[in-house]
Amino acid sequence: MIEMQNVWKDYPNGTSALQGISVHIGKAEFVYVVGPSGAGKSTFIKLMYREENPTKGEIFVNGFNIGRLKSRKIPLLRRSIGVVFQDFKLLPRLTAYENVAFALEVIGAHRQIKRRTIEALNWVGLADRADALPEQLSGGEQQRIAVARALVNNPTVIIADEPTGNLDPDTSWGIMKLFSRINDRGTTVVMATHNKEIVNSLRKRVIAIENGRIVRDVTKGTYDED
Amino acid sequence: MVERHLREGVKNLIRNSWMSVASVGAVAITLLILGATLLIAFNAQQMSQYVAGQLQVNVYLKQQITTPEVQQIVGEVQNMPGIRSVQYVSKEQGFKQLEQMIGNQYQQVLGGLSQANTLPDKLIVKAANPQDTVMVAKEIQVVPGVDKVDSGQQVVSRLLAFLAVLRNIGLAFVLGLLVTAMFLISNTIKITIFSRRREIEIMKLVGATDWFIRWPFLTEAMLIGFVGAAIPFTLLTLGYRSVFVRLGGVFPILTFPLLPVSAVATKLFGVMLLIGLFVGIWGGIMSIRKFLKV
Repeated sequence: MIEMQNVWKDYPNGTSALQGISVHIGKAEFVYVVGPSGAGKSTFIKLMYREENPTKGEIFVNGFNIGRLKSRKIPLLRRSIGVVFQDFKLLPRLTAYENVAFALEVIGAHRQIKRRTIEALNWVGLADRADALPEQLSGGEQQRIAVARALVNNPTVIIADEPTGNLDPDTSWGIMKLFSRINDRGTTVVMATHNKEIVNSLRKRVIAIENGRIVRDVTKGTYDED
Repeated sequence: MVERHLREGVKNLIRNSWMSVASVGAVAITLLILGATLLIAFNAQQMSQYVAGQLQVNVYLKQQITTPEVQQIVGEVQNMPGIRSVQYVSKEQGFKQLEQMIGNQYQQVLGGLSQANTLPDKLIVKAANPQDTVMVAKEIQVVPGVDKVDSGQQVVSRLLAFLAVLRNIGLAFVLGLLVTAMFLISNTIKITIFSRRREIEIMKLVGATDWFIRWPFLTEAMLIGFVGAAIPFTLLTLGYRSVFVRLGGVFPILTFPLLPVSAVATKLFGVMLLIGLFVGIWGGIMSIRKFLKV
């Protein structure tokens, strides 16, 4: 599913974000990526959907060789991945329904846009808010819409970068339950997070990154070293 | 798909309406000048062809020339190489033509002069090839009994040179304006791209292809070019039609027939549409390449 072999990433400004990362994430796994700010978490995440290109090493995601992926093929990779962000990244002028349908429209899907969109909204429990604009929704609801958008293409991998970073604890749990259900239906979930409480309660595999290296990789781990 | 790109393109156009208006205006003014220049150029070409066909050498014979002498000169000229026709106009015929040209108003003045007709006898010679007119004129000049030769060529060549200068000035103008229009379009597209960068970001994240993202912007640019061409085309065609109708289809000074409206419209339409779209596409591509990092 996701395979990294001795991956290095240097930025043009001289920062060395990743220094020899090797990891394997299998199908239907749920993985937390933890570590202090600036440790390389974001780079790690961005490499998976080819927002960044590795300086050295091999990355395979859903059978795509990230380092050698032609830019023409990047859209195909991204259609097999759903991405969720801390700031939701919804389009303010579009309704909840339109935001979700947008993901289908722009990849040129013609068939069943309506059915699939409503299905996704149902799945996150917001079918009744379909006509609301993002500003009329709470933070938690907005993130649910973003999750629905990430899911609507039936991706095999969901990547989330601090999805609860902007939400209060109660709302965060609602979102986490959503990711848990996504994982239950066989979708791989990779989540970068700072939320200690969640990581320690909803026990999953934990990959800790510090100074560009994996310092810990524990199944059913905790946020800090025990 | 095409429908979506078109819809999005129109949406963009309306969203930053002021920049769109400015861009369309720039293209329209450019093409208006270009179109007007072309109208003149087309008709100048038509004129030169027409005038070339009309070119004739007026050969004025000496006063008090006798009929046998005239016949001899006519024969001699007819035997020269490269002559198509020789027509003899006697001083009496010449006077009648003058009378007709000047019209009734001055009939009385002329009436008094008819007794003392001082017009020379004249030969009207046409060269088989209009380009040889000057050469033919020179040859005839040396024939005995010939007083003066007037080929009319100078007037025509001066006129054509003048028109060519006019055309070149117009085209230089247009070239500069085209570049301006192109930059205005590319600026408009740049603004659209900035105002939609969030949308573009999300499109990329969910896997839209690069061309899917580019098309609406290119469509917007093409629409600017198209509308910018359609406006001056309509204005010029209507304007030309009204001039054509008012003049009865004939250019007053040189009395050559103007090109018919439909022929001019067809040519203009093709040229202006092509240039409008080209400017639009080029301006669009410039900003897409620079600002749309996909």
